[in-house]
Amino acid sequence: MATREFAAHESHAHAAPQGFIRKWVFSLDHKVIGLQYYFLALTAVFVGMFLSLLMRIHLIWPTVALPLVGEIKPETYLSLLTMHGTIMVFFVLTTAPQGGFGNYFLPIQIGAADMAFPVLNMLSFWVTFLGYIVILAAFFVTGGAPLHGWTGYPPLSALPSAGPGEGLGADLWVISIGLFCVGALMSALNFITTTLDMRAKGMTMMRMPLTCWAWFITAILGLLAFGVLLSAAILLLLDRNAGTSFYVPLVIVNGQLAAHKGGSPLLWQHLFWFFGHPEVYIAILPAMGLCSQLVSVFSRKPIFGYKAMVYAILSIGLLGFMVWGHHMFMSGMSPYTAFAFSIMTMAIGVPSAIKTFNWLGTLWGGRIRLSSPMLFAIGFVSLFVSGGISGPFLAQPTLDIPLHDTAFVTGHFHLIMGVASIFGIFAATYYWFPKMFGRMMSESLARWHFWFTFVGTYCIFMPMHYAGMAGQPRRYSQFTELHYLEHLIPLNRFITFAAFVTISAQFLFLFNLFWSMKFGKKASDNPWEATTLEWTTATPPPHDNFGGRTPVVYNGPYEYSVPGAPRDYVMQTDPTVIAAH
Amino acid sequence: MAALTTTVLTDDPSSALGGKGGMPPTRDGGDDDNFGSGPLSFDMRLRRARLGMVVAMTAIVMVFVSFSSAYLVRQGLPTLDPHTNTLVRDWFPVPLPRLLLINTLVLLLSTLTMELARRQVAREAALTQIAAVPGDAQKQEAGIQWLGLTVLLGFTFLTGQWMVWRELAARGFYLSTSSSSSFVYLLTGTHGLHLLGGVVALVAAGGASLLRKPVTSRLVVLDVTGWYWHFMAFLWIYILCLLEFAR
Repeated sequence: MATREFAAHESHAHAAPQGFIRKWVFSLDHKVIGLQYYFLALTAVFVGMFLSLLMRIHLIWPTVALPLVGEIKPETYLSLLTMHGTIMVFFVLTTAPQGGFGNYFLPIQIGAADMAFPVLNMLSFWVTFLGYIVILAAFFVTGGAPLHGWTGYPPLSALPSAGPGEGLGADLWVISIGLFCVGALMSALNFITTTLDMRAKGMTMMRMPLTCWAWFITAILGLLAFGVLLSAAILLLLDRNAGTSFYVPLVIVNGQLAAHKGGSPLLWQHLFWFFGHPEVYIAILPAMGLCSQLVSVFSRKPIFGYKAMVYAILSIGLLGFMVWGHHMFMSGMSPYTAFAFSIMTMAIGVPSAIKTFNWLGTLWGGRIRLSSPMLFAIGFVSLFVSGGISGPFLAQPTLDIPLHDTAFVTGHFHLIMGVASIFGIFAATYYWFPKMFGRMMSESLARWHFWFTFVGTYCIFMPMHYAGMAGQPRRYSQFTELHYLEHLIPLNRFITFAAFVTISAQFLFLFNLFWSMKFGKKASDNPWEATTLEWTTATPPPHDNFGGRTPVVYNGPYEYSVPGAPRDYVMQTDPTVIAAH
Repeated sequence: MAALTTTVLTDDPSSALGGKGGMPPTRDGGDDDNFGSGPLSFDMRLRRARLGMVVAMTAIVMVFVSFSSAYLVRQGLPTLDPHTNTLVRDWFPVPLPRLLLINTLVLLLSTLTMELARRQVAREAALTQIAAVPGDAQKQEAGIQWLGLTVLLGFTFLTGQWMVWRELAARGFYLSTSSSSSFVYLLTGTHGLHLLGGVVALVAAGGASLLRKPVTSRLVVLDVTGWYWHFMAFLWIYILCLLEFAR
């Protein structure tokens, strides 16, 4: 392996591959691999969004037959729920910010020619791609897609006889998760080694853009978390297919005693959430790093408290591993354990607040340019606060127990983990599109896209908090016949209409993306007047990123409005301007 | 705090402060002398490969930490007896075959030969670098012998583990017989698979050696595989202790 790795790295000594297959399919170039991840996530997000729309329609018109799926039975609803969650969490939120933009821009931003192990990088993508195909295949096998939710709690997920979709469909789900873990682990290995070992001369850790810090910490979280999920998935696969009883207790299914005994469903929950909570940060940290970058670039000010930002990312990552129990307050855990998890969870509020105030501090008094990337970055801060503020509610066992199985939690995690992270992806797309494709995206379309999405997502997820507090359970396929929830039907109808509008607005983005690739205005090398290394190279970057040059870094990443400098920004590679005083 | 920094123009990059400006020590950056288009120097390749291996080992540790915690948690759990409707302890310790001890000795011996193979090639590489001539055929042969022996011992260990499984099965302990036997198969199997990966890497290194690839390429492979191999031995001792003393 290692020999091939190095041979591959040395291939940069030669010209870029010319054939279509080597250049665009089995490419070793981190930029192409980044685009592959990005477009994988783009297809996945539309699949996931379509599933959510079906669910929303079913909730308010439960008897209506829908195109492609017909009338939605309760088990179909659960399949939609499971596949929506799995596809969105793994193949969108984990894939696009880290695999996509991380792959493309980490090496360029630290001044490297490629990732440390290009062959491994290609393998990570193709293993992830295989996982994606496998999960999609679950729709088309006998029994259909699994029912057990993206969290896959046993015994439901461990017993093929537990329901339609729990047969081959659930096996495919487990295999897909396992493959995804392998891909994510290989990718994390590459990110960590690249960050530690391949920084250009002068690029100290404390001169790295905060995006690189975020990708680095995310990779460490991935390294520690995906190994645990992989183990958990292996045990689940054995329980399902080899007759073991890791997770399955003595259980009666459809009147029959299953051939398992003595396993613990809670064991899965512990292993799963030991992965699952860091996973939340795997999804959101890259967006945080990007947001820090953008508020600085578009406020024309250095980021407020660079070091505090770095330490906040580090402590969020560290604390993220100590809070998994807050997903399990309902499991009957000891109140003392719950108390410990509760305190640790609320402690995450501290570094999160540091980040938020530093973003606001950066905006304060800045010469703000409200370009589309900046709009999405500010939108991210807004969503991060709105979604984050309900975190301390749910961190308290006494509040979590009544709220846990309601739409309140759905609203909470969609705002903070889903939409906030998606805003990060949008911001990154609008920001880096000129570098990636050499053209600008349409600014007016981007603004329409922003306002529809921003207002739309608030209209979808804010009312869910209220519905949850009013007692609307989550995961139920039908609630319209329940007398005590009747008054929530108009609210739910509103949410569904908002979802229609918001989803429609995403086609503006899709159109803008592909139209601008061909017809957008030509972009200069540094259209945003930003300082980091990717803006020092050609647009789009050449095969070895810097065209044979070796970047040398003299400055920090956020030198904006520097007194005495000829322009209001100083490139990281600019040797003449040096901090003194 | 960057926001409060004021900046002036100067030509002297050495007057830099902290993370703000100027040229830091070159050791801190990554690609010091070999950037992009040129081949990497041997030391850098070795450093990068070792770093990658340490990171990979961390991931493997996490897999076994998960299995261990599952093992210990499951061990302490009672289960419901449907006949008496009471909670009973159903954890049966699996008597480990004595063959495992012999396998352990084989693996420990293989770490020794692995180290000898690694040092042999390291010496060869050092000589090549100093004298700028290819290492002589005789020494290359010696390296190959230790490498071959390690591969042989690796296969012996894996065969031994297979025989342990056969013996367990003959005694009626299958994968799904009880939770304790499930864990024995799980832990030994996962370790065996990882070791097999190491054997494949060594065979690849041997192939590179026979094909007269540059000695430095082989050293990088052998060096990191050496680390991996020692790690696998440590891991095995840990698994054996877990299965023996915490059953």
